Amino acid sequence: MGTVIDVTLLALLGLTGIALLRVYNLVTAAMLVAIYSLLCASLFTTLDAVDVAFTEAAVGAGVSTVLLLAALALVGREEKRPRKRQTLPLIMVVVTGAALVYGIADIPPFGAPDNPAQQHVAPVYLQESEAATGVPNVVTSVLTSYRGYDTLGEVTVIFTAAVGVLLLLATGRGRGRDSDDG
Amino acid sequence: MDDRPILRVGAKIMMPTILLFGLYVQFHGEYGPGGGFQAGVIVTSAFILHTLIYGLDSTRRVIPPFVPRAAAVLGVLIFAGTGLAALLAGGRFLDYDVFAGSPQKGQHWGIFTVELGVFVAVFGVMLGVFYAFVGRGRPQ
Repeated sequence: MGTVIDVTLLALLGLTGIALLRVYNLVTAAMLVAIYSLLCASLFTTLDAVDVAFTEAAVGAGVSTVLLLAALALVGREEKRPRKRQTLPLIMVVVTGAALVYGIADIPPFGAPDNPAQQHVAPVYLQESEAATGVPNVVTSVLTSYRGYDTLGEVTVIFTAAVGVLLLLATGRGRGRDSDDG
Repeated sequence: MDDRPILRVGAKIMMPTILLFGLYVQFHGEYGPGGGFQAGVIVTSAFILHTLIYGLDSTRRVIPPFVPRAAAVLGVLIFAGTGLAALLAGGRFLDYDVFAGSPQKGQHWGIFTVELGVFVAVFGVMLGVFYAFVGRGRPQ
């Protein structure tokens, strides 16, 4: 059953990617990106990474799509069609893809207990974090307590991104000080 | 959009549900999936829905544009301030053990405040960016 779900989701993911290449209406493209993101969220759920899936569904499929559509309202809905077929990008994509597929051979099997990822600090977190922090959800205790520095960094990054966007977009069109619309 | 009663009434039913779900995700993050990041985005989506149905001017009256900007700053300050508070209480930066009698209680308070900071920051950033995009190029 799990294999059927995985194959279905991955096939839909591939189809969405191909469909994205073929559309020139940017509103359709934004919707396809949202679908792609939602399929990714479903895949994360089948991998038992529910926190990541939750974030992907809320940010990737939800707010990002709204922001894309808001941007499209400013720049127009149609993408310019390319004059001629471009071969160099195709070659680059094929080479990179082939390298990634070749690299898959060296990835340890999914969920194997002797994976490097399961050997390092993960056992300590899984066995001791609830006693040490009193928080049952290991993701939360790692995110906010063990790796609090990193999360502070992440929050600072999105804050910096917002400052950048506001500086770029909030200048208005010479409307002066009354343009307090952010 | 005053001529679309189904959308308006539907949004009125959806808004409190979305906000309540956002709060659930925020405060249940210690026990299930979720936390400040997701809750901030969910609460923002309620106000994005409000903008889509009632228009930007109406939403700006509910949440003035300076609020998300202040929230983005406040959230980062809450997070970093929690770290400084731990320093002042005699621990290390972002070491919550010192906040209460036992390490577990200290961790509980520390994680709660930090998640609150993340929530406030994400809400402010998301709504601020949304306001910036939607508000651009339209007359006041």
